[in-house]
Amino acid sequence: MNNTYLKPEERAVFALRSLYRGYGYLPFKMSKFEEYDLYVRNKDFLVSDRIITFTDVEGKLLALAPDVTLSIIKNGEDRAGEKQKVCYNENVYRVSGSTHRFKEILQTGLECIGDLDSYDVCEVVTLAAASLATVSDSYALDISHMGILSAMLDEITADGDVRREIARCVSEKNTHDLARVCAEAGVSPEDTDNLCGFVGIYGDMDTVLARLSPLARRFEAVSVAISELTSLRDHLKSTPYADRVRFDFSIMNDMSYYNGVVFCGYLDGICECVLSGGQYNKLMKRMGRKAGAIGFALYLDLLEGLAQSAPAYDVDTLVLYDAATPTEAVSQAVAALRSQGKSVSAQRAIPEKLRYATLCDLRKEGAK
Amino acid sequence: MINIALPKGRLGEKVYAMFAEAGYECPSLLEPSRKLIFENPEAGVRYFWVKPSDVAIYVERGAADLGVAGKDILLEYEPDVFELLDLDLGKCRMAVAAKKDFYDDGSRTLKVATKFSNIAARHYASKCREIDIIHLNGSIEIAPILGLSDVIVDIVETGKTLVENDLEVKETILPISARLICNKAAFRFKTAEIERITSYMKAQVETHD
Repeated sequence: MNNTYLKPEERAVFALRSLYRGYGYLPFKMSKFEEYDLYVRNKDFLVSDRIITFTDVEGKLLALAPDVTLSIIKNGEDRAGEKQKVCYNENVYRVSGSTHRFKEILQTGLECIGDLDSYDVCEVVTLAAASLATVSDSYALDISHMGILSAMLDEITADGDVRREIARCVSEKNTHDLARVCAEAGVSPEDTDNLCGFVGIYGDMDTVLARLSPLARRFEAVSVAISELTSLRDHLKSTPYADRVRFDFSIMNDMSYYNGVVFCGYLDGICECVLSGGQYNKLMKRMGRKAGAIGFALYLDLLEGLAQSAPAYDVDTLVLYDAATPTEAVSQAVAALRSQGKSVSAQRAIPEKLRYATLCDLRKEGAK
Repeated sequence: MINIALPKGRLGEKVYAMFAEAGYECPSLLEPSRKLIFENPEAGVRYFWVKPSDVAIYVERGAADLGVAGKDILLEYEPDVFELLDLDLGKCRMAVAAKKDFYDDGSRTLKVATKFSNIAARHYASKCREIDIIHLNGSIEIAPILGLSDVIVDIVETGKTLVENDLEVKETILPISARLICNKAAFRFKTAEIERITSYMKAQVETHD
């Protein structure tokens, strides 16, 4: 196949499917419509809670799927010791963050569901990094762990509003408002310093892990997350992606769904996160599943933003003929050009908007 | 090259002075002209003058790596950006104001005129107070005088405009000041430079304190 005609997102679809299949992730075909109830019950899990709904022939309220993960969880079942590994390439329908309008979004991704162990986490995070590396040479994968802030907040406050405000400030790297929120909520100066210091901890994996250690002395439960991040760091160092991976705790997903590592991928030249994922055991529990789960999605529609050198011409050669030109002559000329690897457009008149490099004029007058 | 969106006006000029002191000078920016984009390749910086309420959009959509926006704009539009620093400039407050003799007994839907519909909606939702929002784009102060609304939610700097229109502040919602904001993707690819600028700016804010 000639890849030069493919857009970055089209090339990515083929390359990523091959990558995921290579690690045993089997294709999952999602139904375009699901019962609206599935999404309403888990609306905070969705990127946007605005959903396109319609009534089907039996009077049931259905939705155009805004998400793939919920469908995969709903369609799977728990089997002790087993892991369901699926990949997908689907259109979803939701309000785009940047345009605030409904949009068809092509996303590709994978989910690993079952009795997860540390290998599964390492494999999925590595595949996330590999996915970014597949679509661009200049990428960054930032990893966080929901367990750290969650453990800190459990010790600091039980007030849901304050927890949400603190989480918002951490996600914005906003230490000035964080200090104000803490002061208003009566958080001790020591813990306010701990939280503000936590916002400033990001960067390469070794540096971050070293800076996290003091936090574990004050917040005991943090040590579990540190140990998981350490194991992930050790694994990633054995891959070619280690120098593109950073730990950054401003990466945050909803704490009532996600529990372990969460991550975001960025490509140089695209202004928003193109890959998003994490471990969502809490969502599984809410949906009545006993298993754990981790996965990610890559938003292929955003790859349109990758700088591509625009071709100077639409076709290499314009073959021009008229009523007097024998069909066989046109056919032979086209075949000859195609055999040289050139793209051809055969036309009876020069199209106004077609850009071509050379003209092959088979008309009687042109031949003259 | 760092791209910085500056809010047009006095605040933008003050903020530029801070960037310049941090080593990101671009002298042509202050020369009288109708140009909107200024570049100093030696300092590795490009500035744009944009409407203050548009700064967050330029930064969120990645046209600018950094920008300076009021907290009012950030709360109203909730752009997905990092908020790296409170610059302690352009200080004012978001407040509820009404005619001096207005008393809200809570017995009926409160009519609120404002440019900041989201901030007003969130404020009253947190108090479980039912409101009817009237979105206006300017001259908000005349709404209660003409009976269009009971109260207004707006920015109050000195309070002089309110006094001149026979209004007074009934409640402060939150303090407002200018914030240094950053595109989340740019932060990943230009970390060292953005950290450097932020720390220089922070030092200046602390000196002024």
